[in-house]
Amino acid sequence: MILVWLIVILMAGGVLAWISGKVNRALPRWVALGSVMAVFGMTLYLWLSNPIPVLGSAWLIQFSQPWVPQWGIRFSLALDGLSLLMLLLTFFLGLLAVLISWREIHTKVAFFHFNLLWVLAGITGVFLTMDLFLFYFFWEIMLIPMYFLIGIWGHENRRYAAYKFFLFTQASGLLMLLAILGLYFIHGNQTGVYTFSYFELLNTTLAPEAARLLMFGFLVAFLVKLPVVPFHSWLPDAHSEAPTAGSVILAGLLLKTGAYGLLRFVLPLFPTATVEFAPWAMLLGVIGIIYGAILAFSQTDLKRLVAYTSVSHMGFVILGVFSFNEWALQGVVMQMITHGLSTGALFIIAGFLYERLHTRDIRLMGGFWSTAPKMGVIALIFVMASLGLPGLGNFIAEFLTLVGSWQANNWLTVFATIGLVMATIYSLRIMQKIFFEANRMEQALPDLNAREMLIAIPMVAMILWLGLYPQPILDTARPSIQEQLQAYTKPAQEQVPVARVDVPAKKTIYIKRTGTKNPEETKPSSNLQITKSSN
Amino acid sequence: MTLTDFQHLMPLLILTVAVLVSMLVIAVGRNHKIMYVITAVSFLAAFASLFDLRDVGRYTIEPLLVIDGFGVFYIGMILLTALLISMLSYAYFEQREERKEEYYILLLLATIGACVLVISKHFASLFLGLEILTVSLYALIAYLRTRERSDEAGIKYLILAAFSSAFLLFGMALVYASTGTMEFAGIAAAMSGFTELPLLMLTGFGLMIVGIGFKLSVVPFHMWAPDVYEGAPAPVTAFIATVSKGGVLGVLIRFFMEVDGFRYPTLVLIFTIVAIASMLAGNLLALLQRNVKRILAYSSIAHLGYLLVAFLAGNQMGVEAVTFYLVAYFITTVGAFGVVAMLSDKERDAEQLEDYRALLWRRPWTAAVFTAMLLSLAGIPLTAGFVGKFYILAAGVNTQLWLLVVMLALNSVVGLFYYIRLVAIMFQQPEADTEVQPRGKLRPSIYLASVGTLTILALLLVYIGVYPSGLLQVIQGLIVSTVP
Repeated sequence: MILVWLIVILMAGGVLAWISGKVNRALPRWVALGSVMAVFGMTLYLWLSNPIPVLGSAWLIQFSQPWVPQWGIRFSLALDGLSLLMLLLTFFLGLLAVLISWREIHTKVAFFHFNLLWVLAGITGVFLTMDLFLFYFFWEIMLIPMYFLIGIWGHENRRYAAYKFFLFTQASGLLMLLAILGLYFIHGNQTGVYTFSYFELLNTTLAPEAARLLMFGFLVAFLVKLPVVPFHSWLPDAHSEAPTAGSVILAGLLLKTGAYGLLRFVLPLFPTATVEFAPWAMLLGVIGIIYGAILAFSQTDLKRLVAYTSVSHMGFVILGVFSFNEWALQGVVMQMITHGLSTGALFIIAGFLYERLHTRDIRLMGGFWSTAPKMGVIALIFVMASLGLPGLGNFIAEFLTLVGSWQANNWLTVFATIGLVMATIYSLRIMQKIFFEANRMEQALPDLNAREMLIAIPMVAMILWLGLYPQPILDTARPSIQEQLQAYTKPAQEQVPVARVDVPAKKTIYIKRTGTKNPEETKPSSNLQITKSSN
Repeated sequence: MTLTDFQHLMPLLILTVAVLVSMLVIAVGRNHKIMYVITAVSFLAAFASLFDLRDVGRYTIEPLLVIDGFGVFYIGMILLTALLISMLSYAYFEQREERKEEYYILLLLATIGACVLVISKHFASLFLGLEILTVSLYALIAYLRTRERSDEAGIKYLILAAFSSAFLLFGMALVYASTGTMEFAGIAAAMSGFTELPLLMLTGFGLMIVGIGFKLSVVPFHMWAPDVYEGAPAPVTAFIATVSKGGVLGVLIRFFMEVDGFRYPTLVLIFTIVAIASMLAGNLLALLQRNVKRILAYSSIAHLGYLLVAFLAGNQMGVEAVTFYLVAYFITTVGAFGVVAMLSDKERDAEQLEDYRALLWRRPWTAAVFTAMLLSLAGIPLTAGFVGKFYILAAGVNTQLWLLVVMLALNSVVGLFYYIRLVAIMFQQPEADTEVQPRGKLRPSIYLASVGTLTILALLLVYIGVYPSGLLQVIQGLIVSTVP
């Protein structure tokens, strides 16, 4: 029930914030702050009160209620370590998003906070739901408010960026919906039980051809959201045109829903098809790492630059996910969290600069180290985090990912490592251009004030903590990562006898029911596939 | 006819009596309010009389009509929609100088026509219903005849509809010639022997599809839609887009289910092409429009294409999906045109994109309702449109109509683009110099009718979007009897 409350509080808070705008202009900010604090507090309590490593099952809390029984749709939420970490990140960044908008947003404050809270509610839903219909539902819910955040409060070119963001994500989402429906009917035809429940659908036996198609349906949605290189073009526009809070949520959270989707759905649902696709996915990841880094280096718009670093960092995520081992997935989870923090922080700094200078062009900046030392130090920390300096969170993430991916594919890992060097180049360029060189600005640059320090200090503390003592995060994530990897780590000899027993019993039914679609595919051949690929 | 026959025809009889009473009332004295009340009450009474028919099973009035769960549901849907439209019309016509009273007679008549359509099981009743509907629409479309484009729209519709009726008649004649009967069941029996359609029958069906296609405004028979939508008064446009199309679609489903037309690849192919062409043309042409009514016209063409996808599934689930989607589409379309009607002033309808600029900051509630309607048309969650689209996709995937389903998904994205553009225009910042023009010349009671209607529609939209089980239960309970 507490899981439902997380979503309800955010949604109700959003509505309340909108209404309270009629009473007082400042009230929506407090309402938003209050509701995000409340859910953050609840999630922290959940984390601290549940000793995760001791538990046998990965699932901490589950909630399930029939929603549309005719279609087998349930309002089903569940929390495991992975979801818990994602929620903590969501609410932490949500809190920061409210705080940084305190001075930045002056128009339609009430509606802004409504949208902000509903985006967070949608993201919370995505991280919690265990029903595929509900997942798609929340997946879409988070788009509309995000569209408004970019389209109403963004910078000059906001409408173009908002359209592009919306259409890319919507189109890919619809393909995922088709894949979900395909899975639903295949499972229904096999077992006679029509359900969207994640746990039930995990047990679907798929013909290799069907598995491949369905996996691509899911992949498209997640790869666009992540984004992976050929589908990334919405990201720089959306990130650079959004208001600071929007950029933080986009980079920190929305991209993570893509990564989360890969971990939670693609890996366990399609264990054979993913193995086939893995080299290509990893290749895409490496291309993303290098391409993102090169483009980041050549940007002059600070927010666009940071946006391209996201493309580069997200390359590590896909590289790690398709390595199929615990090292890499731990790295991916770490990367999701640390990237959310470090990139969020860089966007916040870009926001601070824009508030003072009204430009994002780094060619016009320079020499701010002497005028704004506090800002310089904060920026230096996060730039170092972004390039993967040991002692800061991102180092752990990238190190683990590379260790894991080395076991899966040596050569691609070598190229991915080159990306780290390039990260150093573009990151140092940020510092060089903004804080060193000669100052070209006449106007004075006030240093960070108390409110801004209040935002920056917790982020610095978090990124240091993640870099120096990541063990609690790794422990929290481990059970659910093992759960996601079950289909891959199972010894092959264990799997084969099970399948062999099944074949004679199910063979006839299988061919009869889905024979129209894949008449040439028969069960034994699909077993062969599993055996071969898992070796 | 026996007494039970009358009982089963009660909704139609109530409406017929209402028409006669209205005419007499006008003869005594013109009063807009009284006319409106008579209309609304008769719609309500007709709807209430449907509750007696809930468990009707299948009752036939030989040889023309059949009253079953499917028919009852469609009549109910049509009556409620007509009621909502008449509520919107009241405020709309109150602002205008023309003689308003006859409008309600025509509205009642057209509704009767649509109701007859969905319960007909014979070509004669089909044609009668269709003509009652169409002839009333000729007058309704050109009702505000002093306005610029009303005549044009009325005449355009007259010519094309008469033309299409002729096609339909010819088609029926050919089918009659080859089967010797005009009853759906008789045709089905005559066809049951054929594994593929003989040429004469195929021609007959082809011509009938032309006729039906015109009424449904599917591509390539869609040319009239944008002009008529633009020229007709906003409530009438809502009526054409919903009741008229819903009635025709109802009879199409009944006929096709009865004769099991999905056995014949040629017919399926024709409908597949029509569906894809409607989706594509509707959405792509809507992108080019600058007029809200025309955008909605093209979007309705596309939506009919979506509906045909579920129709082509050709099974129980498909019929349910069509029905569910129709409910969602009715609510949404009436709501959208209701907003247009509400924003319209004496001279012209609010149809230019300019009229909607920064609407959110001028009239937040109206804009919120319109946004909800547009998002529902686009199929975004929390709205009925999303569940409807989901149902259609599910029906399509279930029967493995992959081409159609993928086309639908792609088209949804195109559709999204222009819906979102409209939303974006409403959300734009107001320019500094635009002052809020004073409204509220209307009496509050009139204003309330529109506001109330829109509120009901918006609440229904969200209710069905969040909790579709209720509606699903009703649909599945009633429609189970149609499919052989």
